[in-house]
Amino acid sequence: MKLDHLSSPALRKAPSGITGFDEATGGGLPRGRTTLLLGGPGSGKTVFSLQYLINGARIYGEPGIFVAFEETSERILDNAESFDWQLGQLQRKKLLFIDAQPNYDLVQTGDFDLCGMLAGLELQATQMKARRIVFDALDILLAMLPDLSARRREIYRLHEWLVNRGLTSIVTLKAKADEPNSITQQPYGFMQFMVDCSVILNHSVVAGVSQRNMRVQKYRGSSFDENESPFVIGDGGFDVAIVRTLGRDDAKVTNERVTSGIKRLDTMLGGGYYRAACVLITGFPGTAKTTLSGAFAEAACRRGERTLFVSFDSDGTEVIRNLASVGIRLNRYIKTGLLRMVSARTIVGSAEMSLVRIKAIAAAHRARCLVIDPVSALSNTGSELAAHGVGQRLVDWSKADRLTLVCTSLLNEISGQSESDSTLHMSTLADTWIHLSYVVQAGERNRGMSIIKSRGTAHSNQVRELILSNSGVTLADIFTAGGEVLMGTMRWQKESAERVEDEVAEVAGKLKLVTLDAQQAELEVRLKAVQTELLAKQLEKTLLARTTASRKAVILHGSVRMRELRGGDAPKHK
Amino acid sequence: MTRRSTYRFRLYVADDTMNSALATTNLQALCKTHLPGRHEIEIVDVFKDPQRAILEGIRMTPTLLRLAPLPMRRIVGTLVDTHRVMETLGLVSNVT
Repeated sequence: MKLDHLSSPALRKAPSGITGFDEATGGGLPRGRTTLLLGGPGSGKTVFSLQYLINGARIYGEPGIFVAFEETSERILDNAESFDWQLGQLQRKKLLFIDAQPNYDLVQTGDFDLCGMLAGLELQATQMKARRIVFDALDILLAMLPDLSARRREIYRLHEWLVNRGLTSIVTLKAKADEPNSITQQPYGFMQFMVDCSVILNHSVVAGVSQRNMRVQKYRGSSFDENESPFVIGDGGFDVAIVRTLGRDDAKVTNERVTSGIKRLDTMLGGGYYRAACVLITGFPGTAKTTLSGAFAEAACRRGERTLFVSFDSDGTEVIRNLASVGIRLNRYIKTGLLRMVSARTIVGSAEMSLVRIKAIAAAHRARCLVIDPVSALSNTGSELAAHGVGQRLVDWSKADRLTLVCTSLLNEISGQSESDSTLHMSTLADTWIHLSYVVQAGERNRGMSIIKSRGTAHSNQVRELILSNSGVTLADIFTAGGEVLMGTMRWQKESAERVEDEVAEVAGKLKLVTLDAQQAELEVRLKAVQTELLAKQLEKTLLARTTASRKAVILHGSVRMRELRGGDAPKHK
Repeated sequence: MTRRSTYRFRLYVADDTMNSALATTNLQALCKTHLPGRHEIEIVDVFKDPQRAILEGIRMTPTLLRLAPLPMRRIVGTLVDTHRVMETLGLVSNVT
């Protein structure tokens, strides 16, 4: 029974409370064991271990001790003030800082050991019921020991003490930043074999952009994410970026629709975007990507949903002014606090950093809808590989938090219509992909809009013309004539020409009808006349026949009568 | 040294570990040779009295404190290098 309990992950691990790290290690640090934290200067070792202690004390009710060998506790606390950790009230009972920096003028002759420190810690740990402990920059102390065997001996002494006390500990050591994988060759490399968990922090500069990575190198008795995960040190401390691991629960999906802000577009999409979907709007510069996303933001605010609008291109106030010119008035929602505009030009650093900032702002604003304009700006800095991960994490995060995400992506005019050149690979991640383009024809540029994909919805296959006016955004059917697509004034011309043609045809039709009516009437009259004539003829014919018969009779009768009258001949006797 | 004041030492040890035992022996021998009759040695075991070790900020054992004469001096280690120890404690002049 007891063994079962011990083997359950929750009990065997001490959660660090650090975003992403606990996920990568399946629950946190090995409980009651030692974790080695390696990294170059400024890689975040102290911040990580400090946050581990603070979270332990605050969230998990496990008091902790921080033993500082390099910086004074005063300075560490000063630095910690820059994070939103509010150490003040925690410090007294649950968090103890011990200064263990060697004095520079300290005289040392011969060998020594750490028993003095451990004896003191023993007492303090018992008094405050400490469960967690951090030895920050242990190498400083070890460097004072006269030889390697003495160092080895003291490390073993420390390790044994930690294990016996059942403390979940972090020991940080410096490592050469440029070769984190060759740590085993370094003076304290053997520590990696001794400890149960080893984590490497790496801080490098890729194409002029700072890039931090964390990698769990070993973790005895547990599976872990073996890849390097980017992380950032933001206002809340560490934030390790990991993509959702396999087997995690999927985010809840919904059939709820939210309007795109443009009526006809909603119709084209069969009712609007899905709630918590990721919508991508691509297009060349000036194809009204911002306008389309602004329409969405306005509609969201009208529903009373808190919305965050992140603009990488221009200031928030500029966006508002520009959108007001097409009848999208966002200013009132800024005033009521529903809408928050963030100009991300002020966010510098890697894509990872930008994402963390956006996440933090969205969380602070309790946003339900998010617009990022353009998301392609994320991939402008830093390595392509990192940017790809950011795109994935952005979508992943917005879905997990049930945010409806609309992001625009700028296409390079030279690179053509394909979006796949964008390192973010948003087009494959997005649920709905709307493409805006220009059609240049007869000396004018007109905006065309089409839905390239929309997962889970029947959507129109038609290209529509996007018309911006100061009364708003509308979509018009484009005119196709003889396989040719007509837009703008040509569409209008064609339409009016068609209208005139229609009228002419209609009039002509009517005229023809009248003519035919007349002809019919004429024929009918003629028919009547002929019929009457026919009747007359028939009558005449009958009359003729009768008169002929009677005349014959008269003639026959007449000759007999005449002979009789002449009486000369005896016809009967002839 | 010209001043013939009494030297007061406090030696923090860790039980009877080798380093601590060595330091105790070295200190006693040194005092016997160079400070006969004018030294006091107090030995504190950090395991038996950790509170004092904490208050005194003792991290490494053995640690020797010279409490008098002032200023206080602090030497860490087994005190093997007698010359260095005496130099630190002010028992020889720096000119050799």
